[in-house]
Amino acid sequence: MSDRLTLITGRTRKQAIGMHKGKASAEYLEATALVEMNPDDMTRLDVSEGGHVLLRTDDGEVELTARAGTVPAGLVFVPMGTSANKLIGTETLGTGMPCFKGLQVDVTPLAGEEVSP
Amino acid sequence: MSTTVENVACPFCGCLCDDIIVETEGTKILKVKLACSSGQGIFMDYDPRPRRPLVHGSEVEWSEAVAEAARILSAADSPLIYGLSSSASEAQRKAVALADKIGAVIDSTSSVCHGPTGLAMQAVGEPTCTLGEVRDRADLVVFWGCNPDASHLRHFPRFSLTAKGTLTPNGRSDRTMYVIDVRPTGSSKKADHFLQIEVGSDYEVLTTLRLLVRGGEPSSDVVGGVPVAELKELAERMKSCRYGVAFMGMGLTMAPARQLNVAELFTLVAELNDHAKFSVIPMRGHGNVTGADQVLSWTTGYPFAVSFARGYPQFMPGEFTAVDMLARKAADAAVIIASDPGAHFPAAAAAHLERIPTIVFDHGPSVVAAKADVLFPTAAYGVDAGGTAYRMDNVPIPLTQVIETDRPTDEEILDRIIEAVD
Repeated sequence: MSDRLTLITGRTRKQAIGMHKGKASAEYLEATALVEMNPDDMTRLDVSEGGHVLLRTDDGEVELTARAGTVPAGLVFVPMGTSANKLIGTETLGTGMPCFKGLQVDVTPLAGEEVSP
Repeated sequence: MSTTVENVACPFCGCLCDDIIVETEGTKILKVKLACSSGQGIFMDYDPRPRRPLVHGSEVEWSEAVAEAARILSAADSPLIYGLSSSASEAQRKAVALADKIGAVIDSTSSVCHGPTGLAMQAVGEPTCTLGEVRDRADLVVFWGCNPDASHLRHFPRFSLTAKGTLTPNGRSDRTMYVIDVRPTGSSKKADHFLQIEVGSDYEVLTTLRLLVRGGEPSSDVVGGVPVAELKELAERMKSCRYGVAFMGMGLTMAPARQLNVAELFTLVAELNDHAKFSVIPMRGHGNVTGADQVLSWTTGYPFAVSFARGYPQFMPGEFTAVDMLARKAADAAVIIASDPGAHFPAAAAAHLERIPTIVFDHGPSVVAAKADVLFPTAAYGVDAGGTAYRMDNVPIPLTQVIETDRPTDEEILDRIIEAVD
């Protein structure tokens, strides 16, 4: 089962701390290769805490670890970084700014343990 | 024997907290006091050991790396210079001079953070103030589409929420705080009022607030998922406060309406000055991204997205912005200074950087540095190099060299490339 939700990306404390350790560091990968979801959406999609999901947009896809968060239903949050940017397109609507917030994303639960950020 | 350096400015984010205490011994940093968790890493995770530059992955002398960079840029038809925001303004000026000499496009990380804010500023102006005024006077603070609790960790205690000032002697209890965002955050937990709006409704909510401030009546009871009664309460508080300040972030600039959202907020703030004193400050991310806007504006007339291809500066967001240049494959060489588009650009734009020769200035490891054709491991401004950076409220703050190293600065290497390039 999958569903189309709305993606926003943004800064987190752990992402910033991980950045100083290096973008190949375990701290950075752990801080950025995750998606925060609404608990009701997780239940509906049969996604467990720490389970793996595939996020897909028109521009790319990425496998992430799911975490229950405080985002409202229908919204998912991915920390800014190398994982999130696999989902972001290059259209800037004449501004230079890609759409890092508010894009449509298909979220599909995955079986198995391995997530490659 | 250790040395204590006081009143050091942390170069990590646009707060440029300049009360940091750094304890050093020789070239080692032993301890950092008062910095937030993000700022700690700038000092404590930095490896100041001198490194030789790399050309195609091999260590070379500095003169050889400069010569190779000059060769790449001399051969390029459409070079791009990008980044700048974690460098010092002295180096930013040199980057503009290099762009001028080689006919390059120059753009900063502004284009993927507050570029739309710059466009709004050009359209409607920016009624702003300093963070000192916020600390001393503000009794109403509104945070829109930003989360300082994650991005600017000492903003609340130093300037905007719990800070005590001349007219705010009791700090937090002298202020009312609103957060307007699409999701609950660490910042919204600290707010007196949290208005959770629907994704993409910022423009509609801002327009409604302008209507309410003018005494109009919306035709709907709910706007952007928020009851109009709550927006009316906010509008009244905005009109009746002693000194209000709005802070805005990526929630406005990265959302679909981008610069139109920001222009609407800036216009609302300007109109509020018919009733109360009100200002707005963009929450700038990188330590000297504000300086990049300043320097490009002084030297070219434009804050970002500037092309020297015709021998004079032209401004065209969407054309000369880095993501667009790379996505269109319009750049045939790139100079990346103190930033990491390899990690922070959409994958398709970052991928073009792997197809063209890249010259990277970085004091530490990064995605783009790992793939550079020429890598200059320069000094870190604010750690082992001094310089000037601009705080998010456009106040210049001196960056201190807290440890001695043998690393050259971005400015010095840019000077040598300017001299060497045809």
